[in-house]
Amino acid sequence: MSDAAPYILETQGLTKEFKGFTAVDTVDLKVRRHQIHALIGPNGAGKTTVFNLLTKFLIPTRGKISFNGQDITKTKSADISRKGVVRSFQISAVFPQMTARENVRVALQRKLGTSFHFWRPLSSLNQLNERADELLDMVGLNKFADSVVGDMAYGRKRALEIATTLAMEPELMLLDEPTQGMGREDVDLVTQLIKKVSADRTILMVEHNLGVVSTLCDTVTVLQRGAVLTEGDYDTVSADPRVKEAYMGKAA
Amino acid sequence: MNSKIGYLVAIALLLVLPFVVYPVFLMKLLCFALFASAFNLILGFGGLLSFGHAAFFGGAGYITGHALKVWGLPTELGILFGALTAGLLGVLIGMLAIRRQGIYFAMITLAMAQMVYFIFVSSDFTGGENGLQGVPRGYALGFIDLQNDLSMYYFVLTIFIVAFAIIARTVHSPFGQVLSAIRDNEDRATSLGYDVDRYKLLAFVLSATFAGLAGGTKTVVFQLASLTDSHWHMSGEVVLMTLLGGLGTIVGPSVGAAIIITLQNYLASGPLGAWVPVVLGLIFVVCVLAFRRGVIGELQAFIRKSF
Repeated sequence: MSDAAPYILETQGLTKEFKGFTAVDTVDLKVRRHQIHALIGPNGAGKTTVFNLLTKFLIPTRGKISFNGQDITKTKSADISRKGVVRSFQISAVFPQMTARENVRVALQRKLGTSFHFWRPLSSLNQLNERADELLDMVGLNKFADSVVGDMAYGRKRALEIATTLAMEPELMLLDEPTQGMGREDVDLVTQLIKKVSADRTILMVEHNLGVVSTLCDTVTVLQRGAVLTEGDYDTVSADPRVKEAYMGKAA
Repeated sequence: MNSKIGYLVAIALLLVLPFVVYPVFLMKLLCFALFASAFNLILGFGGLLSFGHAAFFGGAGYITGHALKVWGLPTELGILFGALTAGLLGVLIGMLAIRRQGIYFAMITLAMAQMVYFIFVSSDFTGGENGLQGVPRGYALGFIDLQNDLSMYYFVLTIFIVAFAIIARTVHSPFGQVLSAIRDNEDRATSLGYDVDRYKLLAFVLSATFAGLAGGTKTVVFQLASLTDSHWHMSGEVVLMTLLGGLGTIVGPSVGAAIIITLQNYLASGPLGAWVPVVLGLIFVVCVLAFRRGVIGELQAFIRKSF
């Protein structure tokens, strides 16, 4: 393993063009192992597009992506996730017609290698329940294991999403605005949760809430119009006049 | 537990029913119930609206008919052969259609099914407009004369129960879980490492195979394979049955099929005659407006709320 290498994920000249419009422009991103790294920037800066490129939900126009020193530029979405890069989505991504336990179990069951077995009873998955309940417990959802997810409160769906992502035992978690649309209490809860799960893992997150960024993140990369504006720790970045300008416009 | 008792009661009822109701009608009903259940696998649990299932239902009908009449295969093998051919056709159509979603998926399946239909219209072995007539029912297990309607009925019932059980198991299997996940949120399923297209294709092929099983069985019952079964009307009718009974429920499609077939049979002989499609259309409109979950879906929701 290349565990010794300081960077878990690197992009070189990552570019995405949509019919003449450059959404992501030669981005060189380096994510250090075991850090929480934030990607911030005003609306339309290309943060989510970068996520989509990294997980191959979009195909890069140019550039190279490597994970653990391995070139994954041409790897398909599902394979990237199997390699250990697992993403969440901006809009809470759960399976609404299934129960919370089933949601987590879907992430666990692929390893059993029986996911194509349409003749096997559902009870063959019960061996995963213990692990699923552990994960639900970790995000404080143990009471809701048997509830159908569609009716759950928004904050709980996001917590469930994190539990499901954790079930994949990802080396690198990509969280797309984990606190978006949440009330203050839920924001605190999810912030704690991310802190808790970041042990032994690397997290790259898109986040608008600068409070969350300042408490959690070791490194902050600021994107503007698809390109990297600046990078550094939160204090350095937040003191940078160009960053203020990007958010607020030029001082009058 | 409760559902187990329910199934036992249903089976007991189906065992004695031919002594009260005309067996050929019951057999037709079972064939369509199986067809709708197979269809529900891809629409209700896979979330894909196929508008080309008539190709599998009608196609298997011709293949089974040809295998029995011209090649003289034993009845069971003929039906099995028809079902497997439908499955193979499902692989072909599925591979082309599965990459698309929503309306595009529906359009591709419809277009492919229309192609299959026109092949049947212009082929010699199908008998064109006249249909493939005089298919022998043969013998079950080599010695039970299926010319007897009652024996034929129990033969069809056996096929139905076995196929229904496999479909129900598929829904409640590790595969079924992944399929539900894909239906609920495809991108999320991808991000959990599932190659969603492969799961959808398997669901589509299973659905096509059981639709074919239903079509082949129907040919044996009526000793006739006709163009009606592969016409796009049939693709629409199975959607109607599934929605009316309850999309994504295990028994809903069978109930829907029973309602539609019963109405067609009894209304057609009454004063309404040619107006049957209008009546069915009205029922469908009422269903969509008033009880969207279908008969069984609403019933389940009611029970969940009340107890």
